[in-house]
Amino acid sequence: MRAADPACDKVLLVQAELDGELDAAAAAALSAHRATCPVCEAAAAELTRARALIDPAALRERMPQDVRARILASVAAVAPAREPPQISLPRSGVWQRWFSLFGSFGLGAACTVAIASLLIAPRGPSVAEQIVASHIRALQPGHLEDVASTDQHTVKPWFDGRIDFAPPVKDLAAEQFPLKGGRLDYIAGRPVAALVYQHRKHVIDLFIWPGQTGPTSPGSAERQGYNIVHWSESGMTLWAVSDLGAKELREFADDWQRLP
Amino acid sequence: MLPHLDAAYNLARWLVRDPAAAEDVVQDAVLRAMTYFASFKGVNPRAWLLQIVRNTAYGSGSLDRGAWLVPIGEPGDRGAVSGDDLVSRADDPEAALIRARGERQVKELIAGLPPELREALVLRELEELSYKEIADITKTPIGTIMSRLYRARRLLARAAAAAAEPVR
Repeated sequence: MRAADPACDKVLLVQAELDGELDAAAAAALSAHRATCPVCEAAAAELTRARALIDPAALRERMPQDVRARILASVAAVAPAREPPQISLPRSGVWQRWFSLFGSFGLGAACTVAIASLLIAPRGPSVAEQIVASHIRALQPGHLEDVASTDQHTVKPWFDGRIDFAPPVKDLAAEQFPLKGGRLDYIAGRPVAALVYQHRKHVIDLFIWPGQTGPTSPGSAERQGYNIVHWSESGMTLWAVSDLGAKELREFADDWQRLP
Repeated sequence: MLPHLDAAYNLARWLVRDPAAAEDVVQDAVLRAMTYFASFKGVNPRAWLLQIVRNTAYGSGSLDRGAWLVPIGEPGDRGAVSGDDLVSRADDPEAALIRARGERQVKELIAGLPPELREALVLRELEELSYKEIADITKTPIGTIMSRLYRARRLLARAAAAAAEPVR
């Protein structure tokens, strides 16, 4: 390299050596070069100064206890210890991986988290599993509705321009399922409309997207204590999920399909 | 002890700054991590969680863009690092940095970096991750990470040096 050139293409290797990222052979080769390269010597000095400025212990942002408590509570809320799981737990590394992911915060919490993860997504999430996961995530404070309105004529236009189809929006207040609002969500690799209904204290999410994804015939399922009903009409696929009883959720689906 | 939650929080705070927004990012990321955990096939859960935190922070709308005027190009991408492309002109970072002092000064300097440089520095110096891990987390070639780290450190060293000198 030319001595007048302020740059040297080996300065990144100098840095790698300081970072302990070079093996012995590469480090030896670099050391020979550095002896003849003022650019690299200067870079090494500057990098060393920069590293000396950084005190990791002082700069690390520590999580306040109340924040930690809220986050752990939200984790626990997603993994309610309702019933023992109906599946046999694999001996594989899933447990160990969970422990390694969240460290050793309470055995119970780690277990419920692991169980939840198995229930929600045992093999790459199916549509039903994604529906439940989205529903649970939406139940976290502040995540339920992007547009909060009981008026279908407010909710329906809200989706204009936010989504590439016009979802049907119906108000089922007369059937005791008042509309609460809507939001955008993401299911089966595409943006979908999610309508939020309420029945007494229970929240119902109704996911709607065009075309046929998932089972072709109407059906119902239960995942992790949540009931699911799905059907299709007018070229749309609809999935309702709630912690409502299976019978009441079925009534919701029937009312929805009956109303114009 | 919650080693990975702490790392998640640290990265979130450095990326979005605002404590409430950072908490939202961590909470969202943890819930996502739970949802997609079964699809996780890697061996480094901490890096995996940090990757989710990073993606969540970038998608949150509260990403701190940094305060410094730094060229956006990646010198490393063009095969060589030009040592002088960071020594800037009238609006150089140094002038803005002369005020700060000490530890708080270093913190402000790093916080003022553009997020691409900031995250590389934070992941390397505070989380002590390898180049490879940082490249995986940021979905960026290792060469680019090396270049970003270099630029970040160089800015830091020069700003601190400028701060130590009398104002010109």
